[in-house]
Amino acid sequence: MPLDPSFIGRTYPPTAPYEVGREKIREFAVAVGDANPAYADQEAAKALGYPDVIAPPTFPFVITYQAAGQVVADPELGLDFTRVVHGDQKFVYTRPVQAGDRLAVTVSIDNIKSLAGNDVLTVRGEVHDQSGEHVVTSVMTLVARAADEAGE
Amino acid sequence: MAISFDEVEVGTELPAQSFPVTRATLVQYAGASGDFNPIHWNEKFALEVGLPDVIAHGMFTMAEAVRVVTDWVGDPGAVVEYGVRFTKPVPVPNDGVGAVIEVTGKVGALLEDRKVRVDLVATSGGQKVLGMSRAVVRLA
Repeated sequence: MPLDPSFIGRTYPPTAPYEVGREKIREFAVAVGDANPAYADQEAAKALGYPDVIAPPTFPFVITYQAAGQVVADPELGLDFTRVVHGDQKFVYTRPVQAGDRLAVTVSIDNIKSLAGNDVLTVRGEVHDQSGEHVVTSVMTLVARAADEAGE
Repeated sequence: MAISFDEVEVGTELPAQSFPVTRATLVQYAGASGDFNPIHWNEKFALEVGLPDVIAHGMFTMAEAVRVVTDWVGDPGAVVEYGVRFTKPVPVPNDGVGAVIEVTGKVGALLEDRKVRVDLVATSGGQKVLGMSRAVVRLA
């Protein structure tokens, strides 16, 4: 059964703040093999004008994906997570995530459509820091494959 | 040396890069990102859901592709927008060699405020794995 389009526009309460640590940024940068000194060396980050080390551009997904779990697990929406694949992903940055940030995510359902029997769900996460300033917006499309197409 | 907006034009090519990915890479990325979906580390599970093999995290591929931009510009915080579409998975065989993600990029448009749009192409095994892969970056 297709997802109920009346969920379009639904916004979930902001998540509890995620505290971004220097070592977490370093761990993420190592995992993607990225040796840019701005991720590990405070002096290098300061030379670029940042107060502390910054995170790689895709790091915010760690936080926004966790936050999108509210949508995925919403029993009223009834998404079958075992059939979900990541369709596309976009970030719009006001500034890079940096060590010391305490980030809260406000998740909204921007769109729901049905394409060839697949449910296509657009989930937006607005990420703000402890001062309430915008840091980054994440927009992801999740595709729940039709039941009879499992194992594509 | 930071790249200056005045030095680039539409069609300027960024240095291409190749990024290897093995099963060990995926386990490490799973740990760092918190994405423990078994399709990225459990071959039996991946095959059961119809995948050809364990596949790389789409977000891993996205992270590699933008390195062509951040390595070019130097300052990763200069990226103001970045988006991709996940078109094909990257199968990662358990042969100690794994797969390679090849990324090229070129300036697709000059924008206001000394920003440029970089169009990226990411392939693996001859298949295009990201579509509509674009980053907007502010240059010096």
